[in-house]
Amino acid sequence: MFKEIKVLKSHGIQYVKNLRMQPVSALFRGRPVISGDITKDEIKTVSFACPVMAIDGKSGSIDMGRCVFCKECSFLLPDKIRFTNDYRISSNVREALIIKPGSENPVQLDENRIRKEIRRLFKSALKLRQVSAGGDNSCEMELVATGNVNFDFGRYGIEFVASPRHADGIVITGPISENMAEPLDITYNAIPSPKIIILAGTDAISGGIFDGSPALDRRFIEQNHIDLFVPGNPLNPLTFINGVMDLLGIK
Amino acid sequence: MDQKLYMEIKNNSLPLDLKEIPVLKYEVFYDQVLAFLKDEGKHCIAYYGVESAGNLKLYCCIADDNNNIVVLFAHELNKDHLVLKSLTPECVQLHIFEREIHENFGVEFEGHTWLKPVRYPYNRKNRSEIINSYPFYNIESEELHEVGVGPVHAGIIEPGHFRFICNGEKVLHLEIQLGYQHRGIEELFITKCNALQRCILSESIAGDTSIGHSLAHSQLIESLAGIQVSEALQIERCIALEMERLAIHIGDTSALCGDVAYQLGQVVCEALRTTIINTTQFWCGNRFGKGLIRPGGSNYPLNNDVVNEILRVLDDTGRRFFEVTDLIYSLPSVLGRFDDIGILTRQQALSLGAVGMTARTSGILRDIRKTHPFQYYKNYLVRPVILETGDVLARGMERVLEVHESVKIIHELIEIWQQKIKDFRKPVYDYNLKPDNFAISMVEGWRGEICHIAITDNSGNIAHYKVKDPSMHNWMALALAVRNQEISDFPICNKSFNLSYCGNDL
Repeated sequence: MFKEIKVLKSHGIQYVKNLRMQPVSALFRGRPVISGDITKDEIKTVSFACPVMAIDGKSGSIDMGRCVFCKECSFLLPDKIRFTNDYRISSNVREALIIKPGSENPVQLDENRIRKEIRRLFKSALKLRQVSAGGDNSCEMELVATGNVNFDFGRYGIEFVASPRHADGIVITGPISENMAEPLDITYNAIPSPKIIILAGTDAISGGIFDGSPALDRRFIEQNHIDLFVPGNPLNPLTFINGVMDLLGIK
Repeated sequence: MDQKLYMEIKNNSLPLDLKEIPVLKYEVFYDQVLAFLKDEGKHCIAYYGVESAGNLKLYCCIADDNNNIVVLFAHELNKDHLVLKSLTPECVQLHIFEREIHENFGVEFEGHTWLKPVRYPYNRKNRSEIINSYPFYNIESEELHEVGVGPVHAGIIEPGHFRFICNGEKVLHLEIQLGYQHRGIEELFITKCNALQRCILSESIAGDTSIGHSLAHSQLIESLAGIQVSEALQIERCIALEMERLAIHIGDTSALCGDVAYQLGQVVCEALRTTIINTTQFWCGNRFGKGLIRPGGSNYPLNNDVVNEILRVLDDTGRRFFEVTDLIYSLPSVLGRFDDIGILTRQQALSLGAVGMTARTSGILRDIRKTHPFQYYKNYLVRPVILETGDVLARGMERVLEVHESVKIIHELIEIWQQKIKDFRKPVYDYNLKPDNFAISMVEGWRGEICHIAITDNSGNIAHYKVKDPSMHNWMALALAVRNQEISDFPICNKSFNLSYCGNDL
């Protein structure tokens, strides 16, 4: 008994009070900011160096849906590109993940394009089924972390469940391997409608570093409407939490 | 003069000229493999095929733990006649390698009793074999029933299919079918020929071992490109690797508690793991250490701020972890679930060629940090934790004791690091690799032995890249450990091994 009390005392209070404003370390690689005066030559240099073709060779914009957040472009041009530690980078609109030179605006959801039933049905409770389809286990571990003692996303009634039958939506990680394409379909079809689809992590959004591999089958992404894109390599739990809260309209 | 029968190569050192690797007749090859593997101090780290015009060359790499060397030899066969006498009946640890060669190239291994698919890669020899058609072992009986689990599991974990044959609650047989995570990694190392792309790929082989795999890759490139790194950087890499080990071991302790419904242990360890990965994030901006390890240099050289943060967190987290594990491993309700459950005997571990934690908890000293030292472990003596009982309790305690050890290692390495001259060299991406060479790189990740092997062509491009995650050896160990256990004990057995799906599937 004394041991338990000692452990509890050392444990203290661990939960993150305000999931909206939790500070993260300065080096965390979140939303990039590209200087408005980046030159054509500089754009050429970094877009050539980018391992995943996330930097547009013409405009110099960075697509966070492709970016693996290696920060190498910023190491090449520290005065022109920097990665802020802003982790609130989820959106329901794919184009919102593309950061243009000169833009310092936070990433937002397009309220008008959120399906009406989502907030009506899921605002006070959202149960999600996770499917890893070629994920490397880092995104998966970060999704587990959203429900842990620190982040405790369950406080809003948002949880991962064991059966697709109990779920209101699916969270996909990984670039979707050919061998997982069918199990993914089956799981998605087992979820009762209406249901939402969340792509968690860069690999799921664009294939990431695996883009172009013949071992993938990404037809699921092309055939279905995606309700939320959560970038990151892996996604940070706070990116997922804030994205889902924005989607559901939780203040 | 007699033909040389094998070449010797050391981990994390110079590559070999391809021409020096002896190509043996199969009879000689066969006898030599068996002769080597009779010795407990040796095990096969890789045995795989490389295709070239009309021919298939099989490379066999065997680690000699007592002499800190890897022996290497090959056999070449004509693609018109792909039949060989299987080594598996004489030496079980080769079963998985022969299965892989069979699946990739269609080699028939005569006498292999379990020639089943490993991962259904996209470029497999027989595309008509699909993942849904896996030939499961079955027993006809009125008394028995089968339980199928997966590929999609109840929790947030990776996919894989488990097929149990049970008598009542008792598991008679478990067969594990993998391949769902196959992304074609080995081929991508060749098609994505940009150095940075390869670094990112290596970090994504298994995201929970980003540091282990990216270190194995960087070491391999440095070996082929003749790049030397400073002792300070070598120490930093070892510290990063130990941080990864700490984080996962603490997280696994949490998950083991979760599986036996001991919530206090679960939440306390979960919070402690957070402190470690947040320290890694403080160092390099990523909780899993992605971006930290690069060939030739570092974008995030260790500095005093990071050192102070690591020391602060280690003191606090270390103390709290030992406090809580002292409690966990004295509770009858926990011990009752762990003790004597899921035993992997020493003999089984040896015959399967188990590596890493799995081997060490069955009484076998296999720790690359000690037996084939790399980076600064060449100058620093690691004290591997060896336990004998091979059950869930041993695998749980192994984690506690290794956390103890890693905390000590990090402290001592930081002290040494402070004496060293720092250089702030940036990563090297425009390297030139030695043409027609063969290089091998091994790292002791938290699961065990990670091995990357590359072969270059005559213009110095990577012609073949092989990745071996420790899980490749160890999945079969899990299948054996649950035999004759209650099926309800499967989750803790599985968690106590915590093997990688994507590391196996590549």
